[in-house]
Amino acid sequence: MSSAFSTISTIQPLHRTIDNPSISPLLGSTSTHKLCSFHVCNRTASASSVRRRFSVVADSDVVKQQKTKSGSSLSSLLITKEEGLELYEDMVLGRSFEDMCAQMYYRGKMFGFVHLYNGQEAVSTGFIKLLTKEDCVVSTYRDHVHALSKGVPARQVMSELFGKTTGCCRGQGGSMHMFSKEYNVLGGFAFIGEGIPVSTGAAFTSKYRREVLKKANADQVTLAFFGDGTCNNGQFFECLNMAALWKLPIVFVVENNLWAIGMSHLRATSDPEIWKKGPAFGMPGVHIDGMDVLKVRKVAKEAVERARRGEGPTLIECETYRFRGHSLADPDELRDPAEKAHYATRDPITALKKYMIENKLVNEAELKAIDKKIDEAVEDAVEFADASPYPVRTQLLENVFADPKGFGIGPDGRYRCEDPKFTEGTAHV
Amino acid sequence: MAVVFQGIGATAALTSATSVDSKKLYILSRRLVSETKSTFMVVRSDGRLNSGSNRRAQKLITNAVATKADSSPATKPGHELLLFEALREGLEEEMERDARVCVMGEDVGHYGGSYKVTKDLANKYGDLRVLDTPIAENSFTGMAIGAAMTGLRPIVEGMNMGFLLLAFNQISNNCGMLHYTSGGQFTIPVVIRGPGGVGRQLGAEHSQRLESYFQSIPGIQMVACSTPYNAKGLMKAAIRSENPVILFEHVLLYNLKERIPDEEYILNLEEAEMVRPGEHITILTYSRMRYHVMQAAKTLVNKGYDPEVIDIRSLKPFDLHTIGNSVKKTHRVLIVEECMRTGGIGASLTAAINEYFHDYLDAPVVCLSSQDVPTPYAGTLEEWTVVQPTQIVTAVEQLCR
Repeated sequence: MSSAFSTISTIQPLHRTIDNPSISPLLGSTSTHKLCSFHVCNRTASASSVRRRFSVVADSDVVKQQKTKSGSSLSSLLITKEEGLELYEDMVLGRSFEDMCAQMYYRGKMFGFVHLYNGQEAVSTGFIKLLTKEDCVVSTYRDHVHALSKGVPARQVMSELFGKTTGCCRGQGGSMHMFSKEYNVLGGFAFIGEGIPVSTGAAFTSKYRREVLKKANADQVTLAFFGDGTCNNGQFFECLNMAALWKLPIVFVVENNLWAIGMSHLRATSDPEIWKKGPAFGMPGVHIDGMDVLKVRKVAKEAVERARRGEGPTLIECETYRFRGHSLADPDELRDPAEKAHYATRDPITALKKYMIENKLVNEAELKAIDKKIDEAVEDAVEFADASPYPVRTQLLENVFADPKGFGIGPDGRYRCEDPKFTEGTAHV
Repeated sequence: MAVVFQGIGATAALTSATSVDSKKLYILSRRLVSETKSTFMVVRSDGRLNSGSNRRAQKLITNAVATKADSSPATKPGHELLLFEALREGLEEEMERDARVCVMGEDVGHYGGSYKVTKDLANKYGDLRVLDTPIAENSFTGMAIGAAMTGLRPIVEGMNMGFLLLAFNQISNNCGMLHYTSGGQFTIPVVIRGPGGVGRQLGAEHSQRLESYFQSIPGIQMVACSTPYNAKGLMKAAIRSENPVILFEHVLLYNLKERIPDEEYILNLEEAEMVRPGEHITILTYSRMRYHVMQAAKTLVNKGYDPEVIDIRSLKPFDLHTIGNSVKKTHRVLIVEECMRTGGIGASLTAAINEYFHDYLDAPVVCLSSQDVPTPYAGTLEEWTVVQPTQIVTAVEQLCR
């Protein structure tokens, strides 16, 4: 069938309001303040997109028709057993790792701001498992699982969180700055929105390699992950414009978990349907169920291939939810427990498990084996991180400049970096 | 017009004061040219010969501005051009040399740059290599950083340096910090350049000096060019550097004319430039104020003073060696800058000199900076916000009493 993006269809309001009217009062609501998002969506859905070139499908047409009543609406897509196991293992790794992070944090092994990804695994797994090693991923502070899905070893990520020198960033980045040159993870950014231009730049390099440096097989795709709060930030809109203008090979993935710390998406955004902002800039905007890894994977595949062919960017809004608070320091008292309970029933891992077992792709024992394997891997990562050394004093100034001549010339005429005692000193110039 | 006059004034002061030195350098450079196989000239800024074993000389070459190519008949006559053309020449040579070098900015492509620094480059290299961006400084600076992380060597042009305030987020958080935060995995070889400084009645927002705001950002280097010779050399050095470099140009200096060598040369990003050796007082300056200083120097020489003028060029880090040697010789320091009084480059330089060379000072360090005033439009008011040559003369007279 043709790509989901090529059909011109009328605007579909958000699934969560139309198809599940019983939960509409809950969305983005606190236990004290209930908004009726249904009316909001209806009012904004009247704008016609017929004039626009790109469609604004709310969900892939094939997939939409096959929702089951239980609320965990997985499609009957055909995935092979190997693919299923790969997806399952990746999601379980993400979940177990994050749970272990929480434990380690409360035991005082890591400090600062740690933002966990529990509940959103389907987005990371659904997208990143489609990429090659050369493709780039750019994320925000909620980046542990993006790094893990991309292939960064759990040992390196855990060491980084513990602040040890064996971490992927030598302990200098921390939870919010996961970088890996080998696996092309370009961060890890603490300020929301500031990673989006960086991802646009990585996509620009890919296009530059192909068109200026004439490397025919330069078709690396960049994925930019960010949240609903970021979609009100200027950098988001500026980069949508530039990416569409130059047809950069990038996919903008919005992980809309409805909450920016304590700010509900509906209270912060005039038009909460983020996918609609894509066509305004000349790219397809798609809304998908981000709790369903198979749906995510299907749409992701199309978007990534579209970018690889050089047809330009796509904006994909994934409806998802974080089971924990914004960070480990967030008491998470504002969100309505009923909302949390609703999304807990749509846990992506249980959904995939159920799908694979019902469709006889795997049996319980195989999944349990994976669970055990992941538990051991995470334990091993913690042990490795525990045993790793802390950075020493001489590491402090090593990476300030790529070319350490940047520290300047000292009073004695030599470059400061040539002084053997320099690393014991200070960095002011 | 006034600027060109100042340029001529500077050249005149230079040749008269350094005729002895240029002869000495001529002899040295002759010997060097015959000895070395490379096409580079290798001369230290204080006139000493650079031996091949000095690691510093291996890649980048220092050159004193006191050597004028046309004052030594053995070298080629060179060619005359304006400062913005010198910048373009440097940029073009680097783009020719390395296909990864690209330019991004507003109106750099088809328009040729608002100050014509990128004129005709888009015709030669294409629209992707000389990229006309939409008006989104924060995002296209971030885009340049992402491109640098993934292998390109972009040059970001701020149409006016003041516009880069909108890119402060990316410059501070990403440009300066990502090499460190990634544990050294990603290098960010960007060059961020653009015209700044007080122009001719451009109003407050177009007359900003951002060097004071950027100087605290760890991980970046800042240089300021002031002559066509050092503009081309610094541009090339900045592009070749693996560190992120911010190159400050000045709106009023783009039409300065000078004769520069035909041979390829690069300057050292971290070194200062000896403009006029002297004995009585060290005057440290950069960018446009160099010309106000040289104009004041003429008056001072007539009054019997012998100022040593150093163009610090490297705003971060400071070349403490050149500055230190000068302080040890003259024992008096005057800093003349266009930055604001509060928290400017002069303030940092004063602190550094006091910290390192306090014992050598016979008088407190005096810093002449612009007033802490948003630059007014009115010409008379604008004149009073920046340091004028008469103020420099007065300050020197007071210091040398």
